[in-house]
Amino acid sequence: MKKIMSGNEAIARGAYEAGCTVAAAYPGTPSTEILENIANYKEIYSEWSTNEKVATEVACGASIAGARAITTMKHVGLNVAADPLFTIAYEGVNGGLIIVTADDPGMHSSQNEQDNRFYAPHAKVAMVEPSDSQECKDFVKYAYEISEKFDTPILFRTTTRVNHSKGLVEQGERVEVGVRPYTKNNKKYIMTPANSRAKHPEVEERLKKLQEYSNNCPLNRIEWGNKKIGIITSGISYQYSKEVFGDEASFLKIGMSYPLPDKMIREFAATVEELYIVEENDPFIENYVKTLGIKCTGKELIPICGELNPDIISKAILKTEDRKMYDVDVKVPPRPPVLCPGCPHRGIFYAISKYKDIIATSDIGCYTLGMVEPLNIGDTVICMGAGFTAAIGFEKAARMGNRKNKIFGFVGDSTFFHSGITGLIDAVYNNSPIVAVILDNSITAMTGHQENPGTGKTLMGEIAQVIDIEKLVRAIGIKSENLRIVDPYNLPETEAAVKEAYNATEPFVIITKQPCALIKEVQKKRAHMYSFIHQDKCKKCKACIRIGCPAISFKNGQISIDRSMCNGCELCKQVCKFDAIEKVGE
Amino acid sequence: MTKSILFVGVGGQGIILASKILTEGLVRFGYDVKMSEVHGMAQRGGSVTTQVRFGEKVYSPLIGFGEADVVVAFEKVEAPRWISYLKDGGSLVVNDYEIYSMPVLIGKEPYPEDVLEKLEERISKLKIINAAEAAEKLGNIKTQNIVLLGALIKALELENMDWAQVVKDILPEKMQEINIKAIKAGMEI
Repeated sequence: MKKIMSGNEAIARGAYEAGCTVAAAYPGTPSTEILENIANYKEIYSEWSTNEKVATEVACGASIAGARAITTMKHVGLNVAADPLFTIAYEGVNGGLIIVTADDPGMHSSQNEQDNRFYAPHAKVAMVEPSDSQECKDFVKYAYEISEKFDTPILFRTTTRVNHSKGLVEQGERVEVGVRPYTKNNKKYIMTPANSRAKHPEVEERLKKLQEYSNNCPLNRIEWGNKKIGIITSGISYQYSKEVFGDEASFLKIGMSYPLPDKMIREFAATVEELYIVEENDPFIENYVKTLGIKCTGKELIPICGELNPDIISKAILKTEDRKMYDVDVKVPPRPPVLCPGCPHRGIFYAISKYKDIIATSDIGCYTLGMVEPLNIGDTVICMGAGFTAAIGFEKAARMGNRKNKIFGFVGDSTFFHSGITGLIDAVYNNSPIVAVILDNSITAMTGHQENPGTGKTLMGEIAQVIDIEKLVRAIGIKSENLRIVDPYNLPETEAAVKEAYNATEPFVIITKQPCALIKEVQKKRAHMYSFIHQDKCKKCKACIRIGCPAISFKNGQISIDRSMCNGCELCKQVCKFDAIEKVGE
Repeated sequence: MTKSILFVGVGGQGIILASKILTEGLVRFGYDVKMSEVHGMAQRGGSVTTQVRFGEKVYSPLIGFGEADVVVAFEKVEAPRWISYLKDGGSLVVNDYEIYSMPVLIGKEPYPEDVLEKLEERISKLKIINAAEAAEKLGNIKTQNIVLLGALIKALELENMDWAQVVKDILPEKMQEINIKAIKAGMEI
């Protein structure tokens, strides 16, 4: 039976059918739905780990113990997990081990456009690259076989359009492979210098064997068409190229992209007249083909920046003209992403926006959107955890430069557990008088509401110990006089905490506590609540507009609140000096 | 012959569900289908697009400029924003519904007033739908997305397929009746 599945659903299905028993991940677009779908298969233990490094190590441990294991992450997650990756590459596996990296060409939801294929040669591990949902499922099975046969972890590289596109997938049955026996083996699993020195040549030897396999495996195939044009391609770029050329070109379709199949490449190149390499972002295949001394055309024509599509490829290689396009003479206003109506992050950003000399080091999460007008809170966003740590460095530098800036650093609850804790410890240890704001909305929100150590529930739906952020902050050494826990829907309370924090001379923490407005239970509880404007009292001062709530608009000379969007958070009511806003419902 | 449909609108309007029902339906009716969606940064209020391509054999999930057979704009101003994707002679379905973006709300940008007139000047196969009104008549404003799906199905000339069964297979029971009615209402507008 065939079913329509996203690449992520198909990877989950592949793990299920291949007998995977342990899965761990930290959410990150475009990878998140893999674990969400794996959690539907009760035969697999699955967990949200605190970060990608933790998740990868959990998967490494499970593999050594004998399970077929998988860990999944977005591309930048692999930077966090790079440490275990490079050493498990030496240790190899017991049960098969798959590390999924979901790259984001075009940066639909990411801070950079790194091409993680380079991790494979860097860490010296095998890599596979599916191009559609069917391959996502099939390649998981191949990956486990390669992993166990060659004693290597597998980098399973996808991109947004593979993860988030749906296509038909043939369903199969689960094959129970069980958990292999574990035998203590210090030389294999304890990477001390002496053991590692013995391992490194084995790894080099393994790569040679993998390359031989790559030349003969079903993952790499030649599709002969017109031999005037030959295209070497992988991943989603294969689908785009097929769309453009069909049978009017020959293809070397790469599914195992590290080690690359040198013999196949030579054979293919020798048979076609013009050789093109079509790949998104960096010239990974192209560089290799050139090191073989083969003439080919790639990045001279195919852009490095941004994602590809069939039109880009067609224009680059076939020099085709644009299709006829409509244009309509309307000035379209931009629609940037915004904090939702009723978002609990809005209150503290509004309170801080009153201080014009504040520097705000923000982080990865919904609260990144504090930077959007009219709130405009945000000076830096680097990576998970840097909300606190960049604040430390900024404060130290400002002081060295005789500048007086108060630095507010922001992380969410999930980001705090991910890598905010270490930054806060650093701030206390090195006595950095920053204000560390933990925006606790009791969920990992931006990736679509995943549980985390603060929510009291696991990925598999079991009740979990709630990690108490306040106790943790106190244990790290934040004094009571430097700690405020506020309800961000309560503006005076929030403003008072911001004022104290602004004047503090030691590390200061504000925890805002209010669950995300989009959590189902919260929506249900607040469904009957909304605020409205008494038009007779409204002076149209637009103070309420300046909180940046999408539910409040100024239309036809009148300010109004869209009842269907409003959840009665009352932030607007608290900024109205004329008592013109009333809330309905308790 | 591969057909391409582009859904555009605002986060929270139910675009993903509408495109999911369409996709599942097309699969049942024997087409090869690819569907692509983009998750932006915002849960609500940002631009959302999904792309559906179907035919005998589909490779690319992406639609190029001037390639979409139908563009369905769930919000009015999203129609001119994405119009360059519409194929010459293709159909445009527009929901006569405004959602102001933040630059408009705070008065930095005006919301254009003559969107429909400008579209009418250029697009011959234009269908303007008041999905909110139709959905309210059905008793649930939240079925706007499915009303628009109905209009799209008509534009694709696929109204003879058994969409009621698709809805029954995908949605929970209490949602089925209203959504089947919504598809029908959309087809009849």
